[in-house]
Amino acid sequence: MLTFISEHWSAFARGAVITLQYTAISCLLGAILAIPIALMRLSEKRALFWPATVYVLFFRGTPLLAQIFLIYYGSGQFRPALEAVGLWQFFREPWFCAILTLSLNTAAYSSEIFRGALQAIPRGEIEAAMALGLSPLLRLRFILIPRALAAAWPAYTNEIVYQVQATSLVSIITVMDITGVARVIASRNFDFYQAFLTAAAFYLVIVYLIIALAKRVEARLHAHLPAADRGVGRNVRV
Amino acid sequence: MLELKGYGWMLWEGVQLTVIVSVASMAGAIIVGLLAAFAKLSSSRAQSLLVDTYTTVVRGIPELVLLLLVYYGIPTLVQDAAAALGYRVTVTINPFLAGIATITFIYGAFACEVFRGAYLNVPAGQREAGAALGLSRIAVLWLVVLPQMFRYAIPGLGNVWMVLVKATALISIIQLPELMRNADVAARATRMPFTFFFAASLIYLAITLASMWAQGRAEGWASRGVVGGRL
Repeated sequence: MLTFISEHWSAFARGAVITLQYTAISCLLGAILAIPIALMRLSEKRALFWPATVYVLFFRGTPLLAQIFLIYYGSGQFRPALEAVGLWQFFREPWFCAILTLSLNTAAYSSEIFRGALQAIPRGEIEAAMALGLSPLLRLRFILIPRALAAAWPAYTNEIVYQVQATSLVSIITVMDITGVARVIASRNFDFYQAFLTAAAFYLVIVYLIIALAKRVEARLHAHLPAADRGVGRNVRV
Repeated sequence: MLELKGYGWMLWEGVQLTVIVSVASMAGAIIVGLLAAFAKLSSSRAQSLLVDTYTTVVRGIPELVLLLLVYYGIPTLVQDAAAALGYRVTVTINPFLAGIATITFIYGAFACEVFRGAYLNVPAGQREAGAALGLSRIAVLWLVVLPQMFRYAIPGLGNVWMVLVKATALISIIQLPELMRNADVAARATRMPFTFFFAASLIYLAITLASMWAQGRAEGWASRGVVGGRL
Protein backbone atom coordinates (compact mmCIF):
# COMPACT_ATOMS: atom_id res chain seq x y z
CA MET A 1 0.00 0.00 0.00
CA LEU A 2 2.76 2.45 0.97
CA THR A 3 4.83 1.57 -2.07
CA PHE A 4 1.70 2.03 -4.16
CA ILE A 5 1.16 5.55 -2.79
CA SER A 6 4.79 6.59 -3.22
CA GLU A 7 4.82 5.18 -6.75
CA HIS A 8 1.68 7.01 -7.88
CA TRP A 9 1.88 10.05 -5.63
CA SER A 10 2.43 12.59 -8.39
CA ALA A 11 -0.46 11.27 -10.52
CA PHE A 12 -2.86 11.57 -7.59
CA ALA A 13 -1.52 15.03 -6.76
CA ARG A 14 -2.25 16.14 -10.35
CA GLY A 15 -5.73 14.66 -9.97
CA ALA A 16 -6.21 16.59 -6.73
CA VAL A 17 -5.34 19.83 -8.51
CA ILE A 18 -8.00 19.06 -11.15
CA THR A 19 -10.56 18.22 -8.44
CA LEU A 20 -9.85 21.50 -6.67
CA GLN A 21 -9.99 23.47 -9.92
CA TYR A 22 -13.35 22.01 -10.92
CA THR A 23 -14.70 22.61 -7.41
CA ALA A 24 -13.49 26.20 -7.27
CA ILE A 25 -14.64 27.21 -10.75
CA SER A 26 -18.05 25.56 -10.49
CA CYS A 27 -18.67 26.94 -7.00
CA LEU A 28 -17.75 30.43 -8.14
CA LEU A 29 -19.95 30.31 -11.25
CA GLY A 30 -22.71 28.57 -9.31
CA ALA A 31 -22.70 31.18 -6.55
CA ILE A 32 -22.84 34.03 -9.06
CA LEU A 33 -25.78 32.36 -10.79
CA ALA A 34 -27.47 31.52 -7.48
CA ILE A 35 -28.01 35.12 -6.40
CA PRO A 36 -30.33 36.15 -9.27
CA ILE A 37 -32.11 32.76 -9.05
CA ALA A 38 -32.76 33.27 -5.33
CA LEU A 39 -34.08 36.78 -5.99
CA MET A 40 -36.33 35.44 -8.77
CA ARG A 41 -37.66 32.75 -6.43
CA LEU A 42 -38.62 35.51 -3.97
CA SER A 43 -40.18 37.68 -6.66
CA GLU A 44 -43.93 38.20 -6.80
CA LYS A 45 -43.83 38.41 -10.59
CA ARG A 46 -44.85 35.08 -12.09
CA ALA A 47 -42.60 35.51 -15.12
CA LEU A 48 -39.62 35.60 -12.74
CA PHE A 49 -40.81 33.13 -10.11
CA TRP A 50 -41.80 30.17 -12.28
CA PRO A 51 -38.72 29.81 -14.50
CA ALA A 52 -36.46 29.92 -11.44
CA THR A 53 -38.68 27.47 -9.56
CA VAL A 54 -38.74 24.95 -12.42
CA TYR A 55 -34.96 25.31 -12.81
CA VAL A 56 -34.35 24.60 -9.12
CA LEU A 57 -36.81 21.71 -9.09
CA PHE A 58 -35.18 20.10 -12.12
CA PHE A 59 -31.60 20.36 -10.89
CA ARG A 60 -32.43 19.30 -7.34
CA GLY A 61 -34.89 16.60 -8.32
CA THR A 62 -32.72 14.66 -10.78
CA PRO A 63 -29.38 12.90 -10.28
CA LEU A 64 -26.22 14.84 -11.15
CA LEU A 65 -25.13 11.88 -13.27
CA ALA A 66 -28.27 12.24 -15.41
CA GLN A 67 -27.54 15.96 -15.83
CA ILE A 68 -23.94 15.29 -16.87
CA PHE A 69 -25.07 12.69 -19.43
CA LEU A 70 -27.85 14.96 -20.64
CA ILE A 71 -25.41 17.77 -21.40
CA TYR A 72 -22.35 15.80 -22.51
CA TYR A 73 -23.96 13.01 -24.55
CA GLY A 74 -27.32 14.73 -25.09
CA SER A 75 -25.78 17.70 -26.85
CA GLY A 76 -24.67 15.31 -29.60
CA GLN A 77 -28.28 14.99 -30.68
CA PHE A 78 -28.25 18.71 -31.57
CA ARG A 79 -24.84 18.69 -33.17
CA PRO A 80 -25.86 20.34 -36.49
CA ALA A 81 -27.65 23.15 -34.66
CA LEU A 82 -24.77 23.63 -32.23
CA GLU A 83 -22.26 23.62 -35.09
CA ALA A 84 -24.32 26.23 -36.89
CA VAL A 85 -24.02 28.64 -33.95
CA GLY A 86 -20.39 27.70 -33.27
CA LEU A 87 -21.02 26.11 -29.86
CA TRP A 88 -20.21 22.51 -30.81
CA GLN A 89 -16.50 23.00 -30.21
CA PHE A 90 -17.39 23.57 -26.53
CA PHE A 91 -20.00 20.87 -26.09
CA ARG A 92 -17.74 18.15 -27.46
CA GLU A 93 -15.19 18.91 -24.72
CA PRO A 94 -15.61 16.93 -21.47
CA TRP A 95 -14.14 19.76 -19.37
CA PHE A 96 -16.68 22.26 -20.70
CA CYS A 97 -19.67 19.98 -20.12
CA ALA A 98 -18.35 19.02 -16.68
CA ILE A 99 -17.93 22.64 -15.53
CA LEU A 100 -21.25 23.65 -17.08
CA THR A 101 -23.23 20.86 -15.40
CA LEU A 102 -21.51 21.21 -12.03
CA SER A 103 -22.11 24.98 -12.05
CA LEU A 104 -25.78 24.68 -13.03
CA ASN A 105 -26.27 21.99 -10.40
CA THR A 106 -24.64 23.82 -7.51
CA ALA A 107 -26.42 27.04 -8.54
CA ALA A 108 -29.77 25.34 -7.87
CA TYR A 109 -28.74 24.11 -4.41
CA SER A 110 -26.94 27.36 -3.51
CA SER A 111 -29.91 29.47 -4.56
CA GLU A 112 -32.06 27.67 -1.99
CA ILE A 113 -29.47 28.31 0.72
CA PHE A 114 -29.29 31.93 -0.35
CA ARG A 115 -33.07 32.29 -0.51
CA GLY A 116 -33.36 31.04 3.06
CA ALA A 117 -30.71 33.50 4.17
CA LEU A 118 -32.46 36.39 2.41
CA GLN A 119 -35.74 35.49 4.05
CA ALA A 120 -34.08 35.37 7.45
CA ILE A 121 -33.00 39.03 7.28
CA PRO A 122 -35.08 40.95 9.83
CA ARG A 123 -37.73 43.10 8.18
CA GLY A 124 -36.64 46.08 10.31
CA GLU A 125 -33.24 46.26 8.59
CA ILE A 126 -34.85 46.54 5.17
CA GLU A 127 -37.25 49.17 6.46
CA ALA A 128 -34.38 51.07 8.02
CA ALA A 129 -32.62 51.08 4.65
CA MET A 130 -35.81 52.31 2.99
CA ALA A 131 -36.13 55.05 5.61
CA LEU A 132 -32.61 56.14 4.74
CA GLY A 133 -33.81 56.58 1.17
CA LEU A 134 -31.72 53.78 -0.38
CA SER A 135 -32.95 52.67 -3.79
CA PRO A 136 -33.84 48.96 -4.28
CA LEU A 137 -30.51 48.37 -6.02
CA LEU A 138 -28.52 50.03 -3.23
CA ARG A 139 -30.49 48.08 -0.62
CA LEU A 140 -29.52 44.91 -2.44
CA ARG A 141 -25.88 45.91 -2.71
CA PHE A 142 -25.35 47.21 0.84
CA ILE A 143 -27.89 45.44 3.03
CA LEU A 144 -29.45 42.32 1.55
CA ILE A 145 -26.53 40.63 -0.21
CA PRO A 146 -23.84 41.22 2.46
CA ARG A 147 -26.20 40.14 5.24
CA ALA A 148 -27.43 37.09 3.36
CA LEU A 149 -23.92 35.99 2.38
CA ALA A 150 -22.76 36.02 5.99
CA ALA A 151 -25.88 34.18 7.15
CA ALA A 152 -25.59 31.63 4.35
CA TRP A 153 -21.93 30.83 4.93
CA PRO A 154 -22.25 27.80 7.28
CA ALA A 155 -24.75 26.11 4.96
CA TYR A 156 -22.74 27.17 1.93
CA THR A 157 -19.55 25.54 3.22
CA ASN A 158 -21.62 22.37 3.37
CA GLU A 159 -22.39 22.90 -0.29
CA ILE A 160 -18.69 23.35 -1.14
CA VAL A 161 -17.93 20.05 0.57
CA TYR A 162 -20.66 18.36 -1.47
CA GLN A 163 -19.25 19.93 -4.58
CA VAL A 164 -15.77 18.47 -3.92
CA GLN A 165 -17.40 15.05 -3.83
CA ALA A 166 -19.71 15.75 -6.74
CA THR A 167 -16.73 16.51 -8.98
CA SER A 168 -15.81 12.81 -8.74
CA LEU A 169 -18.55 12.17 -11.33
CA VAL A 170 -16.62 14.03 -14.01
CA SER A 171 -14.25 11.06 -14.11
CA ILE A 172 -17.09 9.21 -15.88
CA ILE A 173 -16.75 11.54 -18.85
CA THR A 174 -12.96 11.00 -18.90
CA VAL A 175 -11.78 14.00 -16.87
CA MET A 176 -8.66 13.02 -14.92
CA ASP A 177 -9.56 14.20 -11.43
CA ILE A 178 -8.66 12.15 -8.33
CA THR A 179 -11.26 9.49 -9.16
CA GLY A 180 -10.27 9.48 -12.82
CA VAL A 181 -6.62 8.90 -11.94
CA ALA A 182 -7.61 6.12 -9.53
CA ARG A 183 -9.75 4.39 -12.14
CA VAL A 184 -7.01 4.45 -14.77
CA ILE A 185 -4.30 3.21 -12.41
CA ALA A 186 -6.64 0.56 -10.96
CA SER A 187 -7.56 -0.92 -14.31
CA ARG A 188 -4.02 -0.74 -15.67
CA ASN A 189 -2.40 -2.78 -12.87
CA PHE A 190 -5.42 -4.41 -11.20
CA ASP A 191 -4.52 -2.44 -8.05
CA PHE A 192 -8.19 -1.81 -7.33
CA TYR A 193 -8.34 -1.42 -3.59
CA GLN A 194 -5.01 0.39 -3.36
CA ALA A 195 -6.09 2.96 -5.96
CA PHE A 196 -9.55 3.61 -4.53
CA LEU A 197 -8.34 3.70 -0.93
CA THR A 198 -5.73 6.26 -1.94
CA ALA A 199 -8.41 8.30 -3.73
CA ALA A 200 -10.62 8.08 -0.64
CA ALA A 201 -7.76 9.32 1.54
CA PHE A 202 -7.16 12.28 -0.79
CA TYR A 203 -10.83 13.27 -0.64
CA LEU A 204 -10.94 12.90 3.15
CA VAL A 205 -7.96 15.20 3.57
CA ILE A 206 -9.34 17.80 1.14
CA VAL A 207 -12.82 17.75 2.69
CA TYR A 208 -11.63 18.13 6.27
CA LEU A 209 -9.12 20.83 5.32
CA ILE A 210 -11.97 22.77 3.70
CA ILE A 211 -14.18 22.29 6.76
CA ALA A 212 -11.40 23.54 9.05
CA LEU A 213 -10.77 26.54 6.80
CA ALA A 214 -14.49 27.32 6.57
CA LYS A 215 -14.80 27.29 10.37
CA ARG A 216 -12.11 29.97 10.60
CA VAL A 217 -13.87 32.14 8.03
CA GLU A 218 -17.14 31.60 9.88
CA ALA A 219 -15.59 32.71 13.16
CA ARG A 220 -14.58 35.95 11.45
CA LEU A 221 -17.92 36.52 9.74
CA HIS A 222 -19.87 35.87 12.92
CA ALA A 223 -17.47 37.41 15.42
CA HIS A 224 -20.13 40.00 16.34
CA LEU A 225 -22.85 37.43 17.03
CA PRO A 226 -23.57 35.60 20.30
CA ALA A 227 -22.35 32.00 20.22
CA ALA A 228 -25.87 30.56 20.03
CA ASP A 229 -26.49 32.13 16.61
CA ARG A 230 -23.54 30.44 14.95
CA GLY A 231 -23.61 27.67 12.39
CA VAL A 232 -25.03 24.19 12.71
CA GLY A 233 -23.52 20.83 11.86
CA ARG A 234 -23.38 19.17 8.47
CA ASN A 235 -26.35 17.24 7.29
CA VAL A 236 -27.57 15.52 4.17
CA ARG A 237 -27.92 17.89 1.25
CA VAL A 238 -31.53 18.40 0.21
CA MET B 1 -44.47 13.67 -25.85
CA LEU B 2 -41.06 12.08 -26.16
CA GLU B 3 -40.68 9.58 -29.01
CA LEU B 4 -39.00 6.56 -27.41
CA LYS B 5 -38.69 4.38 -30.54
CA GLY B 6 -40.01 1.29 -28.80
CA TYR B 7 -37.47 1.51 -25.96
CA GLY B 8 -40.00 2.68 -23.39
CA TRP B 9 -40.21 -0.79 -21.85
CA MET B 10 -36.49 -0.63 -21.09
CA LEU B 11 -36.97 2.52 -19.09
CA TRP B 12 -39.91 0.88 -17.32
CA GLU B 13 -37.81 -2.14 -16.37
CA GLY B 14 -35.09 0.22 -15.23
CA VAL B 15 -37.48 2.15 -13.01
CA GLN B 16 -38.58 -1.06 -11.34
CA LEU B 17 -35.01 -1.98 -10.47
CA THR B 18 -34.28 1.58 -9.32
CA VAL B 19 -37.25 1.40 -6.95
CA ILE B 20 -36.27 -2.06 -5.68
CA VAL B 21 -32.68 -0.99 -5.04
CA SER B 22 -33.84 2.25 -3.40
CA VAL B 23 -36.33 0.55 -1.09
CA ALA B 24 -33.84 -2.16 -0.11
CA SER B 25 -31.12 0.43 0.55
CA MET B 26 -33.50 2.64 2.53
CA ALA B 27 -34.56 -0.31 4.68
CA GLY B 28 -30.89 -1.10 5.26
CA ALA B 29 -30.09 2.53 6.00
CA ILE B 30 -32.88 2.72 8.59
CA ILE B 31 -31.59 -0.38 10.38
CA VAL B 32 -27.94 0.75 10.24
CA GLY B 33 -28.99 4.28 11.23
CA LEU B 34 -30.96 3.12 14.25
CA LEU B 35 -28.15 0.85 15.46
CA ALA B 36 -25.57 3.59 14.94
CA ALA B 37 -27.74 6.21 16.65
CA PHE B 38 -28.20 4.04 19.74
CA ALA B 39 -24.51 3.19 19.76
CA LYS B 40 -23.68 6.89 19.64
CA LEU B 41 -26.19 7.70 22.39
CA SER B 42 -24.91 4.93 24.64
CA SER B 43 -22.49 5.75 27.40
CA SER B 44 -19.81 3.54 25.85
CA ARG B 45 -16.85 5.64 24.63
CA ALA B 46 -15.70 2.90 22.26
CA GLN B 47 -19.11 2.67 20.58
CA SER B 48 -19.50 6.39 20.08
CA LEU B 49 -15.93 6.62 18.72
CA LEU B 50 -16.76 3.85 16.26
CA VAL B 51 -19.89 5.70 15.07
CA ASP B 52 -17.98 8.99 14.84
CA THR B 53 -15.37 7.34 12.64
CA TYR B 54 -18.11 5.85 10.48
CA THR B 55 -19.96 9.15 9.91
CA THR B 56 -16.68 11.05 9.39
CA VAL B 57 -15.52 8.63 6.72
CA VAL B 58 -18.87 8.57 4.92
CA ARG B 59 -19.08 12.36 4.82
CA GLY B 60 -15.59 12.82 3.49
CA ILE B 61 -15.56 10.31 0.61
CA PRO B 62 -17.56 10.61 -2.63
CA GLU B 63 -20.25 8.00 -3.20
CA LEU B 64 -18.70 6.99 -6.51
CA VAL B 65 -15.33 6.22 -4.87
CA LEU B 66 -17.02 4.15 -2.15
CA LEU B 67 -19.02 2.27 -4.77
CA LEU B 68 -15.90 1.49 -6.82
CA LEU B 69 -14.10 0.49 -3.63
CA VAL B 70 -16.85 -1.96 -2.68
CA TYR B 71 -17.37 -3.39 -6.17
CA TYR B 72 -13.78 -3.64 -7.41
CA GLY B 73 -11.72 -3.12 -4.26
CA ILE B 74 -13.17 -5.59 -1.79
CA PRO B 75 -12.92 -8.67 -4.07
CA THR B 76 -9.29 -7.91 -4.94
CA LEU B 77 -8.51 -7.20 -1.29
CA VAL B 78 -9.95 -10.57 -0.26
CA GLN B 79 -8.07 -12.31 -3.07
CA ASP B 80 -4.78 -10.67 -2.07
CA ALA B 81 -5.33 -11.54 1.57
CA ALA B 82 -6.13 -15.15 0.65
CA ALA B 83 -3.05 -15.29 -1.60
CA ALA B 84 -0.89 -14.11 1.30
CA LEU B 85 -2.21 -17.06 3.29
CA GLY B 86 -1.48 -19.41 0.42
CA TYR B 87 -4.97 -19.84 -1.04
CA ARG B 88 -6.13 -19.06 -4.56
CA VAL B 89 -9.67 -17.82 -4.65
CA THR B 90 -11.68 -15.76 -7.09
CA VAL B 91 -14.17 -13.41 -5.48
CA THR B 92 -16.77 -11.36 -7.30
CA ILE B 93 -19.64 -9.27 -5.98
CA ASN B 94 -22.71 -8.78 -8.13
CA PRO B 95 -23.60 -5.17 -8.93
CA PHE B 96 -27.00 -5.46 -7.28
CA LEU B 97 -25.58 -6.37 -3.88
CA ALA B 98 -22.58 -4.05 -4.19
CA GLY B 99 -24.93 -1.17 -5.00
CA ILE B 100 -27.33 -1.84 -2.14
CA ALA B 101 -24.45 -2.37 0.30
CA THR B 102 -22.76 0.89 -0.67
CA ILE B 103 -25.91 3.00 -0.62
CA THR B 104 -26.95 1.44 2.70
CA PHE B 105 -23.53 2.17 4.17
CA ILE B 106 -23.60 5.81 3.05
CA TYR B 107 -27.17 6.68 3.94
CA GLY B 108 -27.04 4.73 7.20
CA ALA B 109 -24.73 7.49 8.40
CA PHE B 110 -27.21 10.20 7.48
CA ALA B 111 -30.13 8.24 8.95
CA CYS B 112 -28.07 7.91 12.13
CA GLU B 113 -28.01 11.70 12.51
CA VAL B 114 -31.75 11.88 11.87
CA PHE B 115 -32.52 9.25 14.51
CA ARG B 116 -30.16 10.80 17.03
CA GLY B 117 -31.93 14.12 16.66
CA ALA B 118 -35.33 12.43 16.88
CA TYR B 119 -34.34 10.53 20.02
CA LEU B 120 -33.22 13.73 21.71
CA ASN B 121 -36.59 15.29 20.82
CA VAL B 122 -38.57 12.68 22.75
CA PRO B 123 -39.00 14.17 26.25
CA ALA B 124 -37.00 12.36 28.95
CA GLY B 125 -40.19 12.18 31.03
CA GLN B 126 -41.58 9.62 28.59
CA ARG B 127 -38.68 7.25 29.27
CA GLU B 128 -38.90 7.87 32.99
CA ALA B 129 -42.63 7.18 32.94
CA GLY B 130 -41.95 3.90 31.15
CA ALA B 131 -39.34 2.99 33.74
CA ALA B 132 -41.73 3.93 36.54
CA LEU B 133 -44.25 1.48 35.07
CA GLY B 134 -41.64 -1.23 35.50
CA LEU B 135 -40.85 -1.69 31.81
CA SER B 136 -37.44 -3.07 30.96
CA ARG B 137 -35.02 -0.83 29.05
CA ILE B 138 -35.71 -2.69 25.82
CA ALA B 139 -39.46 -2.42 26.36
CA VAL B 140 -39.20 1.32 27.01
CA LEU B 141 -37.23 1.69 23.80
CA TRP B 142 -39.56 -0.45 21.73
CA LEU B 143 -42.94 0.61 23.13
CA VAL B 144 -42.38 4.19 24.25
CA VAL B 145 -39.43 5.83 22.54
CA LEU B 146 -39.36 4.33 19.03
CA PRO B 147 -43.01 5.08 18.12
CA GLN B 148 -42.55 8.69 19.17
CA MET B 149 -39.14 8.97 17.49
CA PHE B 150 -40.60 8.21 14.09
CA ARG B 151 -42.80 11.29 14.19
CA TYR B 152 -39.72 13.47 14.58
CA ALA B 153 -37.69 11.40 12.16
CA ILE B 154 -40.09 11.45 9.18
CA PRO B 155 -39.04 14.85 7.72
CA GLY B 156 -35.35 13.91 7.95
CA LEU B 157 -35.91 10.40 6.63
CA GLY B 158 -37.93 11.83 3.74
CA ASN B 159 -34.97 13.97 2.77
CA VAL B 160 -32.59 11.02 3.06
CA TRP B 161 -34.91 8.96 0.83
CA MET B 162 -35.06 11.59 -1.91
CA VAL B 163 -31.27 12.00 -1.97
CA LEU B 164 -30.84 8.22 -1.83
CA VAL B 165 -33.04 7.60 -4.90
CA LYS B 166 -30.88 9.97 -6.94
CA ALA B 167 -27.73 8.31 -5.59
CA THR B 168 -28.84 4.93 -6.99
CA ALA B 169 -28.18 6.35 -10.48
CA LEU B 170 -24.48 5.85 -9.72
CA ILE B 171 -24.94 2.07 -9.66
CA SER B 172 -25.33 2.30 -13.45
CA ILE B 173 -21.54 2.77 -13.51
CA ILE B 174 -21.11 -0.86 -12.43
CA GLN B 175 -23.63 -2.00 -15.09
CA LEU B 176 -26.65 -2.68 -12.94
CA PRO B 177 -29.55 -2.36 -15.42
CA GLU B 178 -31.47 0.27 -13.44
CA LEU B 179 -33.04 3.38 -14.93
CA MET B 180 -29.86 5.29 -15.73
CA ARG B 181 -28.07 2.30 -17.23
CA ASN B 182 -31.07 1.34 -19.39
CA ALA B 183 -31.44 4.93 -20.56
CA ASP B 184 -27.77 4.81 -21.56
CA VAL B 185 -28.23 1.55 -23.48
CA ALA B 186 -31.33 2.90 -25.26
CA ALA B 187 -29.55 6.19 -25.99
CA ARG B 188 -26.67 4.36 -27.69
CA ALA B 189 -28.95 2.02 -29.63
CA THR B 190 -31.18 4.79 -30.97
CA ARG B 191 -28.50 7.51 -31.16
CA MET B 192 -30.90 9.77 -29.29
CA PRO B 193 -29.01 10.48 -26.06
CA PHE B 194 -30.86 13.68 -25.22
CA THR B 195 -34.27 12.06 -25.57
CA PHE B 196 -33.46 9.15 -23.29
CA PHE B 197 -31.50 11.00 -20.64
CA PHE B 198 -34.21 13.64 -20.56
CA ALA B 199 -36.90 10.96 -20.20
CA ALA B 200 -34.87 9.37 -17.38
CA SER B 201 -34.51 12.77 -15.69
CA LEU B 202 -38.26 13.33 -15.85
CA ILE B 203 -38.84 9.91 -14.26
CA TYR B 204 -36.47 10.76 -11.39
CA LEU B 205 -38.28 14.08 -11.04
CA ALA B 206 -41.63 12.26 -10.88
CA ILE B 207 -40.27 9.97 -8.14
CA THR B 208 -39.05 13.03 -6.21
CA LEU B 209 -42.41 14.79 -6.51
CA ALA B 210 -44.34 11.66 -5.52
CA SER B 211 -42.01 11.26 -2.54
CA MET B 212 -42.61 14.86 -1.46
CA TRP B 213 -46.35 14.26 -1.59
CA ALA B 214 -46.06 10.98 0.32
CA GLN B 215 -43.86 12.63 2.92
CA GLY B 216 -46.52 15.25 3.56
CA ARG B 217 -49.12 12.52 4.00
CA ALA B 218 -46.83 10.54 6.31
CA GLU B 219 -46.14 13.58 8.47
CA GLY B 220 -49.86 14.20 8.80
CA TRP B 221 -50.44 10.56 9.71
CA ALA B 222 -47.65 10.48 12.28
CA SER B 223 -48.95 13.67 13.91
CA ARG B 224 -52.53 12.46 14.26
CA GLY B 225 -53.81 12.94 17.76
CA VAL B 226 -51.08 15.44 18.62
CA VAL B 227 -52.49 18.90 19.27
CA GLY B 228 -50.67 21.34 16.99
CA GLY B 229 -48.51 18.37 16.15
CA ARG B 230 -47.60 19.13 12.54
CA LEU B 231 -43.85 19.72 12.82
